[in-house]
Amino acid sequence: MNAEGAALGLRLRERDVTAAPAALNLLESTAPADLEQAAELLQAVSPAALGGEAPGHVIGVTGPPGAGKSTLLSALLHAWRASGRTAAVLAVDPSSRRSGGSLLGDRARIEFDPADRGTLIRSMAAEQRLGGLARATRISAEALAAAFDVVVIETVGVGQSETDVADVVDTVALVVQPGSGDVLQFLKSGIMETPDVLVVTKADLGQIAMRARRDLGAALRSLGSSRARVLAVSALAPASGIDELALALDEHREGLDIGGHRVRARRAGALNDFLVEHGERGMRALGGRRAAETLLAEQDPGADVQALMAALERRMA
Amino acid sequence: MRTYAGHSTAKASNELYRRNLEKGQTGLSVAFDLPTQTGYDPDDELARGEVGKVGVPVSHRGDMAALMDGIPLDAMNTSMTINATAAWLLALYIVAAEEQGVSQEQLQGTTQNDIIKEFLARGTYAFPPAPSMRLIADMIAYTVEHVPKWNPINICSYHLQEAGATPVQEIAYAMSNAIAVLDAARERVPEASLEKVFGRISFFVNAGVRFIEEHAKLRAMSILWEELGRERYGVQDERHLRFRYGVQVNSLGLTEAQPENNVQRIVLEALAVTLGRDARARAIQLPAWNEALGLPRPWDQQWSLRIQQVLAYETDILEYPDIFEGSKVMEALVDELLEGARAEMAVVSEHGGAVEAVPYMKAALVDSHRERIRRIESGEQVVVGQNRYTETEVSPLTADAEGGILVVDPAVEAQQVQDVRLWRSERDQTAVDEALAALAAAAGDVNADENLMVPTIAAARAGATTGEWSRTLREVFGSYHGPTGVGEAAAATADADLSELQGEVSRLQEKLGRRPKILVGKPGLDGHSNGAEQIAVRARDSGMDVVYEGIRLTPAQIAASALQEGVHVIGLSILSGSHRELIPAVIEALHGAGVTAPVIVGGIIPDQDVPALRKAGVAAVYTPKDFDITRIMRDIVALVGASADGGGASADGGASANASASANGSA
Repeated sequence: MNAEGAALGLRLRERDVTAAPAALNLLESTAPADLEQAAELLQAVSPAALGGEAPGHVIGVTGPPGAGKSTLLSALLHAWRASGRTAAVLAVDPSSRRSGGSLLGDRARIEFDPADRGTLIRSMAAEQRLGGLARATRISAEALAAAFDVVVIETVGVGQSETDVADVVDTVALVVQPGSGDVLQFLKSGIMETPDVLVVTKADLGQIAMRARRDLGAALRSLGSSRARVLAVSALAPASGIDELALALDEHREGLDIGGHRVRARRAGALNDFLVEHGERGMRALGGRRAAETLLAEQDPGADVQALMAALERRMA
Repeated sequence: MRTYAGHSTAKASNELYRRNLEKGQTGLSVAFDLPTQTGYDPDDELARGEVGKVGVPVSHRGDMAALMDGIPLDAMNTSMTINATAAWLLALYIVAAEEQGVSQEQLQGTTQNDIIKEFLARGTYAFPPAPSMRLIADMIAYTVEHVPKWNPINICSYHLQEAGATPVQEIAYAMSNAIAVLDAARERVPEASLEKVFGRISFFVNAGVRFIEEHAKLRAMSILWEELGRERYGVQDERHLRFRYGVQVNSLGLTEAQPENNVQRIVLEALAVTLGRDARARAIQLPAWNEALGLPRPWDQQWSLRIQQVLAYETDILEYPDIFEGSKVMEALVDELLEGARAEMAVVSEHGGAVEAVPYMKAALVDSHRERIRRIESGEQVVVGQNRYTETEVSPLTADAEGGILVVDPAVEAQQVQDVRLWRSERDQTAVDEALAALAAAAGDVNADENLMVPTIAAARAGATTGEWSRTLREVFGSYHGPTGVGEAAAATADADLSELQGEVSRLQEKLGRRPKILVGKPGLDGHSNGAEQIAVRARDSGMDVVYEGIRLTPAQIAASALQEGVHVIGLSILSGSHRELIPAVIEALHGAGVTAPVIVGGIIPDQDVPALRKAGVAAVYTPKDFDITRIMRDIVALVGASADGGGASADGGASANASASANGSA
């Protein structure tokens, strides 16, 4: 039994960040009674209930293992908290789900003040299913965005997982370390979608980092992307570039048509959930993907993913 | 001959040393407490409960002078088990000698100073790998020139075996470690001194109860060492090429059940390092028979010393040339180990050397240890008194009131806190500030021109404290979390027991609505993480979500993790003897955060401490005699299940936690 969904949703809506852990427990639960409560929670933080999009900036931070994501996040959390912003991190662990269980160790590498209630770090196991980030991660981010100023989804990988993240977040930051030739290749070959902000870590390495930054910048331009920013940072003492990165993330969000972006994201999420639930057969019952997209486009822009999903399921029946 | 000793205060340890020297001990082996080993003063939040526990606290030159009071340092051979803060403790020792009128050229002894094994097995690191290696190289360069009789580093494979290393891994990782150290030192010393540096490197190895194979291991290490000296470092002098090692025999194999059996294990292990003259140890330390129960008393230590004396003076072991010369069996065994070790060294080298390969080696050790536990659980590996022949008469040795262990007076910590504050208030603060600023400047210099020993000794003289020296360097170098090795650990091989357990876990999951989630935490400064790692890996293998954050957590950190992660149960591991202070502190922090998930504790917990822990709210206590981890997992499943039945809120720590947190917040 979990705490009541509607009450938790209300607390999140009032920006009570201490409601977050219990809300996440509920959103992760698959017990039938909890599912009902979770639906009420999500209803309470839906754009319709909020009277607009959730205020939190949802940022995807992704990159290969060892690129320095955790160190970078420690520095970013520090910068955000210093400017009075609350921040939550959903650390999606890659080494997960062997024999069903998982080892979630990533939070250990992110430094923060344990007494500070304005920071939350929650580990989540990556579910082994195709078609995007686990539903639990997505709805968690949605709910947290109602209460926190910044919500980070941290994922590991190059080439696939970051495209999943792109469907859910407002801003994608790809973190690479100097000398990551493979990232360059992935970008050029189009395996990887262009991130909004590209962060080269370990700028203290000097020349190598500067060269990596130049190469990546050139690669992005050759792909015709003038939009993406490339920044070099050093998260280790003496840190450099962190404030600039925080600013670049803010600027990306400010330049975004947030309403349109999130409506698209919710519709893509609903389609994705529908596919996972009902498969290609379900899709055929809707009259194909195009028909499904048309149906979704007819829905209220404020409808959340579960409402959209319900609409699809009604049509299928 | 010496015994590893130190506890409570510098003064109490000094008395112990003097007593041991009178009994015929020929050198000192100093055990420092965990705050000193990890670079914190007694009044630091992280030092809580740890001061004077596993060794002596030394915070400044005054403490070192008291520790060595009346002991002639020009005649003493002093071995210090100190690593991350080795440069600092050597500096304090040099200053204490100065105060006795003894110059640094006369000092003899060893600083352990092996940081890689701290990352792999023991956990008392303070700085990231690269600057840690610089400190080591600087110490080597300094001592080779100014303290010529000092062994600046003692490469330890001992702790690797304690962490589960096979003989092949022990050899390969020790040699790879030595290569990393020598390569770093090569940058800091004149080419001509390299031969001397090589000659000053000694090893600290382990010897387990399979003593024939263990002896072969030492022969293999001698061969590899000589080869390395000749081929990689161009050493020609035979004296410098000799593989010099000291031994502490195995503690991992000592049992809490029927602890008297440990005496014969210790004797057999001592044979491994003394039998054949060609690979005989230069120094032997034997653990106390009751080490698995807690901190040994003087009488327990005397018994270990007497074992060595019987071997040396009663038996004929020292009277013959090498008794394995020409043995085909021994030769074949050595060749097999050499082949395996060379292959494993090549893997480490492919990872970029020992520093870069720390995560790889850590994961490999966690894996070996998991396999070892599996063999013991299944009965493939016999441990007398533990998984076979477990029936026993009542032991008169452990029947006395204290349960056979020395207990450190809790007042010691309060006293040390006062003392260090008094010290700070009475010294010349300007001199300290200047010395620390000079240290920071030398450490931050990108060209690393100055040897860090120089400003370190100046800071020791000025009266800086252990915590101040470390904090100054942490601010320049950054802090560091070692790899836990558990993420990479291979999944357990399927067996009937495990799949039954997985069934129980998935039934629990249905009941809870989400996957059972456990937080495995190590409060305090104790870095012995084997137990925690094995619990974490097995919990994963049984299908739970496991949050494991590694070592050195404050109660506040553990409480924050438990709350934010929404765990169903919290497992705390603690081996340093500070459970009496730390476990209640963690529970208090959990309650403060509103977390009501049940707490279990594992570690070296004497029976008589269990009632107090239960009273503080601990649901179950596990000690080394509970070697069957699958059974512990079953208990956890039952505990979480019962807790879920027991009432809505308590089944879900996070949920109830937040209800109360909010209530407080809005009140």
